[in-house]
Amino acid sequence: MTDILVDIKNMTFKREERTIYENINISIPKGKVTAIMGPSGIGKTTLLRLIGGQLKPQSGDILFDGQNIPTLSRSRLYDVRKRMSMLFQSGALFSEMNVFDNIAFPIREHTQLTDDIIEKMVLMKLQAVGLRGAKDLKPSELSGGMARRAALARSIALDPELIMYDEPFAGQDPISMGVIVRLIKSLNEALGLTSIVVSHDVTEVMSIADYIYIIAEQKVIGQGTAQEIRNQTSGLVNQFVQGEADGPVPFHFPAKGLKEELLKVTK
Amino acid sequence: MVSKKVEFIVGLFVALGLAAILALSLKVADSGFSGNGTTYQLYAKFENIGGLKVRSPIKVGGVVIGRVSDISLDSEDFTPVVTLDIFEEYDNFSEATSVSILTSGLLGEQYLGLQPGFIDESLEILQPGDYIEDTKSALVLEELIGQFLFSQGSGD
Amino acid sequence: MESILRLGQSTVSVFSGLGRAVIMLMSALLHVPNFKKGYPLLVKQLYAVGSLSLIIIVVSGGFIGMVLALQGYTILVDYGAEASLGPMVALSLLRELGPVVAALLFAGRAGSSLTAEIGLMKATEQLSSMEMMAVDPLRRVIAPRFWAGFIAMPLLAAIFSMVGILGAHLVGVDWLGVDSGTFWSMMQSQVEFGKDIMNGMIKSVVFAFVVTWIAVYKGYDCEPTSEGISRATTSTVVQSSLLVLGLDFVLTALMFAR
Repeated sequence: MTDILVDIKNMTFKREERTIYENINISIPKGKVTAIMGPSGIGKTTLLRLIGGQLKPQSGDILFDGQNIPTLSRSRLYDVRKRMSMLFQSGALFSEMNVFDNIAFPIREHTQLTDDIIEKMVLMKLQAVGLRGAKDLKPSELSGGMARRAALARSIALDPELIMYDEPFAGQDPISMGVIVRLIKSLNEALGLTSIVVSHDVTEVMSIADYIYIIAEQKVIGQGTAQEIRNQTSGLVNQFVQGEADGPVPFHFPAKGLKEELLKVTK
Repeated sequence: MVSKKVEFIVGLFVALGLAAILALSLKVADSGFSGNGTTYQLYAKFENIGGLKVRSPIKVGGVVIGRVSDISLDSEDFTPVVTLDIFEEYDNFSEATSVSILTSGLLGEQYLGLQPGFIDESLEILQPGDYIEDTKSALVLEELIGQFLFSQGSGD
Repeated sequence: MESILRLGQSTVSVFSGLGRAVIMLMSALLHVPNFKKGYPLLVKQLYAVGSLSLIIIVVSGGFIGMVLALQGYTILVDYGAEASLGPMVALSLLRELGPVVAALLFAGRAGSSLTAEIGLMKATEQLSSMEMMAVDPLRRVIAPRFWAGFIAMPLLAAIFSMVGILGAHLVGVDWLGVDSGTFWSMMQSQVEFGKDIMNGMIKSVVFAFVVTWIAVYKGYDCEPTSEGISRATTSTVVQSSLLVLGLDFVLTALMFAR
């Protein structure tokens, strides 16, 4: 296999009493688009936060380029974070700055470059996402799709090695969905960066991912290329990929018997 | 990042705040800094200090020359001992100086009135740490009334 | 039995909240500040919490001074002591009303907006994304806001007192006819720099610390929902007001009681 950039080994994470992940193993190859899919509410965003070091697992290792994230000191962790970036579901643009300043923010924070160079860099990043004309707008004036593209420009501002997309397709119309799919793919090829896409939009993910992990019930239940996933026989994977309402993942939230509860109501 | 206008308004705000502090210290308080000038101590024993308090002013002919810095009770003869902080520029009071506890107005605060004694070759100048011998206690209204009634009674 | 359990739980949550607040403040402030980057941030926040609070402080200071003069005059004139109007107004403003009312107004005006702003940044993942960009939000967002509040409030309290005294002068001297010379000279002979002005300043510095700390902590610690932000904003105003009044009693007892 190719080089591994992020390697999660035997990681267990619990939030209070609830187990989110149990002994999970995931490897993210360098320079590829890796997708992590699964039903909502299983903590896919949590996984990205674990890789970013915002949360610490109860046990197990998360290696980023050989460094174990949970054990790093604060300053080492901040150094590692400069090499990765994350595109949040909401975009998380800073609302008090305009688009230009938002994208200039990480450059200004981490480099000593002059204003001229920063301006050139920002304009180039904006050109890449097609928002050069919107540089003076405030985030509140952008549509959802534009905000996400602006946020994407910000996350590639410092040319990171790893970029993590949290639900990049959620709530997008088909056109902007297509735009984002194209952007992820072209960024990955042009800049040679490693991408992790967390999503539950099966078709879009299938079209861009080199490798796919499907997570449910605290574990990896299926993995492989898009083709391999389609050929899986596991009921759970099939239910997810085909989008069936009921199956191994039940339609009903666990509850008492319907008859029993209705009888109680009429009493 | 910060516009010139914002910088200006913030500067104005800080200047205004500092000006207010300065105005409070100079205009509202009694020239507070001179009160922190160097002082020397004299002591005086009184029969009764009445309502005299720490920080009460010490005046000569109405001019403040210092403040009371401490009031304690002598452990041997149980009389109150008052420590007088006097500004250093007033350093030539003679031994004949007397001190009394006075009241400013009918309901006013009590203060220490100093009557400078004459200066003579036979009399020494009071040195820091000396006791002023000639003291007059505070007038206590109840005692005055008592004395008045007593003298009325005995006169008949 | 259940009430004991609940008491225990709420005690634990009070202490762990306090612990989180201390840890947050420590990690926000205990580092070598970068003046070149920090200065513009501080100026911006001073503008937001200081300059923009100026109007409410000046207006309420003026009115409180005028009311004090009016009330004080009607009481003092019965004893023929209206000459003491100056010191009465000045002492009440410098010792009590300046620091306390300025702190209460500051909590309502600037504290609530600090909480709401930080809370909203948290809810919209701005703080999180900053952290992922290897920028510590405690230092980038919390620290300048805390320092701005800490610097601005004693200044606001001083402005409040000064404007209040001027307002009292307006009512007492220009309207009710107290002699202007008496007004100022009685004030000057009664007010002491060390005892009254310094102690008032110390009070407002303490209040500044408490109010700003509560405001930034509530924002940083709030539940990242619209309901959570509104609850955090309310509790900023309520808790800082109560704490200011309680601390005022303690500080007054320490400073002025003999």
